[in-house]
Amino acid sequence: MHQFKEKLIKYFFLLNGILVIIILVSIFYLLLKNSWPAFSEIGFRGFFASADWNPTSYEKPGYGILGQVLSTFMVTLGAMVIAVPLGVATAAYIAEVANPRIKGVLKPVIEILAGIPSVVIGFLGIVLLGPVIADTFGLSNGLNAINGSILLAIMSLPTIISLSEDAISSVPDKYREASLGLGASRWQTLIRSVLPAGLSGIIASVMLGMGRAIGETMTVLMATGNAPALPGSFFDSVRTMTATIAIELGEVPYNTTHYYALFAVGLVLFLMTFIINLVSDIILHKYQEVE
Amino acid sequence: MSKRLKEKIGFTVLRLAGLLVIIILGIILYDIISKGIGVISWEFLSQMPRNGMTEGGIYPAIIGTFYVTIITALVSIPLGIFAAIYLNEYAKKGKLTRLIRLAIRNLSGVPSIVFGLFGVALFVQGMGFGTSILSAGLTLGLMTLPITVTASEEALKTVPRSYREGSLALGATKWQSIRTNVLPAAVPGMLTGSILGLARAAGETAPILFTGAAFFLPFLPDSPFSQFMALPYHLYILATQHHAISQVRPLAYGTALVLITLVLIVNLTAIIVRARFRKRFKR
Repeated sequence: MHQFKEKLIKYFFLLNGILVIIILVSIFYLLLKNSWPAFSEIGFRGFFASADWNPTSYEKPGYGILGQVLSTFMVTLGAMVIAVPLGVATAAYIAEVANPRIKGVLKPVIEILAGIPSVVIGFLGIVLLGPVIADTFGLSNGLNAINGSILLAIMSLPTIISLSEDAISSVPDKYREASLGLGASRWQTLIRSVLPAGLSGIIASVMLGMGRAIGETMTVLMATGNAPALPGSFFDSVRTMTATIAIELGEVPYNTTHYYALFAVGLVLFLMTFIINLVSDIILHKYQEVE
Repeated sequence: MSKRLKEKIGFTVLRLAGLLVIIILGIILYDIISKGIGVISWEFLSQMPRNGMTEGGIYPAIIGTFYVTIITALVSIPLGIFAAIYLNEYAKKGKLTRLIRLAIRNLSGVPSIVFGLFGVALFVQGMGFGTSILSAGLTLGLMTLPITVTASEEALKTVPRSYREGSLALGATKWQSIRTNVLPAAVPGMLTGSILGLARAAGETAPILFTGAAFFLPFLPDSPFSQFMALPYHLYILATQHHAISQVRPLAYGTALVLITLVLIVNLTAIIVRARFRKRFKR
């Protein structure tokens, strides 16, 4: 009886563990199910290979997502150009240079930064960063790709910093000792042995940061201007995949082609971030096994 | 360039990077606090919006966020704790355990707007809950699950092995030792981490856009099936969708300040509690 109860309890907890897998699979399933009508109606070419997104047109509605995908890539790329050097440098500083007192300040700072709601960051993109960008570059308004990139960089910094710091800190001391013993300075040791040794973890952290940037909605929705066209430069207004869903899903009737097309955009987003997370996971795993 | 000089320049660059991160947070907090503080008053916190949301307070948005967060907690805290107990106490190394962990990590990477779509398909339409507090809370609850699982597992890990072994050696069953020895020691840590997750969920906008948040409601929600106003969505509306954007800007700053304060309080409490908790087990 006792044993039976113990077994039952164990399976109860196991069920809760498996539930996470079920949730992930059902997200995928529901996205797929709701996108399918869109694919069959629009066709894969009309969806993936066209930049003509004009679902509300009465005569010739277009459902091409190329413009959104490029916008997402552009804003994310800009964010990474800012966040990767800044994030990795900060991580290296925390892990290798800073004294415990400074660490004690920086770590909570990063945690709080991670906790600031994206809608607040987006709000500051409108009221604070936008005017600065408009003034600096002589534009009529500052709601454009570069604004989104800077905000996304801020949003992905905590991920990149904390995971890169883990990667750098977990490089075994023998690497440092060997390098210092050969007469290298601490800087040379950091650049030539510690960072290369922690590289896979750093790359994984950057990928996770990138996944976060691709999936971010509110900041880009508020700060990039949302012009649904192929982006030309970082000073253009862009509309990302996430922003498109956010803007249009609220206005579209359920179970129309437009509705299904938005789920299809969500499916593409889901797959992109899923692959990025998976790859970064594989990189991390390999690196942990080597250690 | 000498080795010394190079090192000095290199470390200075790293230091500046760290400083820049602090400055970024400083600017965010300073701007919101300095421009929002003047708006905060008892009236602002306790009154309904008036005159097309150009005057009055944000009371319904506070209440709405509060209600939704309760449902989020009811979903994500028990499920998170149970899953963590399995992973830390029962699971053996193997394919299934790896798969569960992989699912948790991937779930935490699913974009919030995709959770919104999921919530529409499953809760709003599939289960027929409509756009409601319930649908939004369930969506946010599932989204927060990876955070509560991870936090609870970390708390369980800080409980020393001897707590379990001592009890098992005295003849207690596994569940008995978990219930009487491990859980009491781990619960404060579990809750701290979970509340951090809840604070994050309370600040989310994208998942509630289509699952229940309302532009404006002249009354408070009276059941889990009502629509609701929420702080983050209210800020989004005031910042971008309002017909008199410059007129309501101070109200937007006030709303942002309330949101930020919530985040700050929860984070600082968590940091303090966590530090104490760690110290206790180190001794």
